[in-house]
Amino acid sequence: MKKLSARRRHPLAALVVLLFALVASGGLYAAFAPAEKAQADSSAQSLAIDEGKRLFAVGCSSCHGLNGQGSSMGPSLVGVGSAAVDFQVGTGRMPAQQPGAQVPRKKGIYSQAEIDQLAAFVASLGPGPVTPTQEQYTATETDAISKGGELFRTNCSQCHNFAGAGGALTQGKFAPSLENVDPKHIYEAMQTGPQNMPSFPDTTMPEKQKQEIVAFVRYQANEAPNPGGLSLGSLGPVTEGLFGWIFGLGVLIAVAIWVAAHTTKAKKS
Amino acid sequence: MSQDMSDDKLPQAHGAGEGHGEVAAADNPFADPGLPPHEPRRTDIDERAAKRAERQVSLLFIVSMLATVGFIASYVAIDPAKIVYIFPLGHISALNFALGMTLGVALFCIGAGAVHWARTLMSDVELPAERHPIEADDEVRADVIQQFKTGAGESGFGRRKMIRNTLIGSMALVPLSGVVLLRDLGPLPGTSLDTTAWKEATPTTPIRLINVNTNLPMKAEDIAVGSLTFAKPGPSALRPDGLQESDEDFQQVIAKSALMLIRIQPSDIKDAKSAALGFEGVLAYSKICTHVGCPISLYEQQTHHALCPCHQSTFDLSDGARVIFGPAGHPLPQLKITTDASGYLIATQDFDLPVGPSFWERNA
Ligand code: FES
Repeated sequence: MKKLSARRRHPLAALVVLLFALVASGGLYAAFAPAEKAQADSSAQSLAIDEGKRLFAVGCSSCHGLNGQGSSMGPSLVGVGSAAVDFQVGTGRMPAQQPGAQVPRKKGIYSQAEIDQLAAFVASLGPGPVTPTQEQYTATETDAISKGGELFRTNCSQCHNFAGAGGALTQGKFAPSLENVDPKHIYEAMQTGPQNMPSFPDTTMPEKQKQEIVAFVRYQANEAPNPGGLSLGSLGPVTEGLFGWIFGLGVLIAVAIWVAAHTTKAKKS
Repeated sequence: MSQDMSDDKLPQAHGAGEGHGEVAAADNPFADPGLPPHEPRRTDIDERAAKRAERQVSLLFIVSMLATVGFIASYVAIDPAKIVYIFPLGHISALNFALGMTLGVALFCIGAGAVHWARTLMSDVELPAERHPIEADDEVRADVIQQFKTGAGESGFGRRKMIRNTLIGSMALVPLSGVVLLRDLGPLPGTSLDTTAWKEATPTTPIRLINVNTNLPMKAEDIAVGSLTFAKPGPSALRPDGLQESDEDFQQVIAKSALMLIRIQPSDIKDAKSAALGFEGVLAYSKICTHVGCPISLYEQQTHHALCPCHQSTFDLSDGARVIFGPAGHPLPQLKITTDASGYLIATQDFDLPVGPSFWERNA
């Protein structure tokens, strides 16, 4: 201690103290600074936002405004989140072809990478539901399908039909069929409530229940049995009535003709 | 055409054609050819064939009776959840298949038996009927009654006892299928239509709204603008555990007290009374259509219209659920909601109107 205090006034003392301070702060920084990966991410993220902004300016800004603030042609996108973009653009609904009661699903024109960039840009406008990951929309439990069926009948079947075949709404709007919809898009639709569909946020329908609904819809579309034999598109009374009139009545008429055409006369038999 | 007509087809050969034959002459191309000679059927000339036909008809009627019994037996015995594989149809419900097949066979065999009977055993002698003015005089009426009796006699209904008995048996049994299906129709409703399970709610003993999906109470902030949530009554004095799906009367209770919860920007709510019944834009409407009571929840979050899938009644939920299209006669009943001290949504009284379709005693 004596030695140290004796050299306190040495010309190099300041340098030594400075070195100590640098090492200490460097060590502290290394210990507490955010991981390097996060840094790389955020730079990739900002790149994606830039790319997305460029794509947005070309494809979306004519309706939604240059900064996504909305216009008389399209709603504001502030706060809709990346999930809404992934759904709307991923299912080809956006960009819309023409105004109308409802924008229908069509073949998408953006690659998934471009969709992600657009989503990153829109997400940067304001916080909103985030595009779900595969684990979020894939149910793992064995009873997910039956639970999902119950939830589907409570929450979804009124519009999308008991088998997910879709149905009509008011004034030209309709609930689309769920048959060939990507599980991710089903999940996102529940999260974000696209167009006239109400949303089912995590506060009222937790993530796990959405997973179960997705599992049920996939099961219904791919492997469910038909309790009544022919499903006739699972559309209910319309196809069933048509079938009854054409085939049921047709058979009856055929039988009537057959009966009348055959005589019981002794001469012929 | 008239040249091809051979003499033996001409009516003088036939007794029944009497009165027409005289006009027939080679120089009249439009002569009434009359009826061809009557040809007997095998069953007319061979008593053994007739007996066989009789047995066939009875057999069909007996098969119908057995099928009806089979229908009732399947209704009672087959588990509705059972799925079987039947070749061209695939995986199908055993109960549906059995009910359809047995009822189909029961009805078909009655029809087939009747047709077979008419074709083989009832008299098939051709009887020309003159055309007459529309009004019938007494003579004709007497004639009709006589014909009816003759017809009844000729059908052999009284004579062929086996056919008669089996026909009566099968016809008496078939309606049982319908009776069995109607067994669920219960007693008259009394005053139970006026109130719902929410009637127990008072300002001192409020009932919480329970999310049907999660079975948990909800806070107002859980309900996002543009979302749709379904709710049922929570614990009350009569039901300390709240309404559970396992309760015996769950279907009856939920059929009247089912709720749909939406949230509208308070500035978008057009009806002041409706806004007051809600809580900060959260509105709780009955889910039961006021036309004939279908569950309606086809909610369009941009227009705030709720559509009934049955007959397209459309309600504007931003305007007190006014009927804007369709046959429904009343707006949807709304439940007055608020929050309790811990922020959970509660009801403090029953719906403002009787829920569901109109009924005679309804006073609102
Ligand atoms: S039951 Fe709703 S319109 Fe008829």
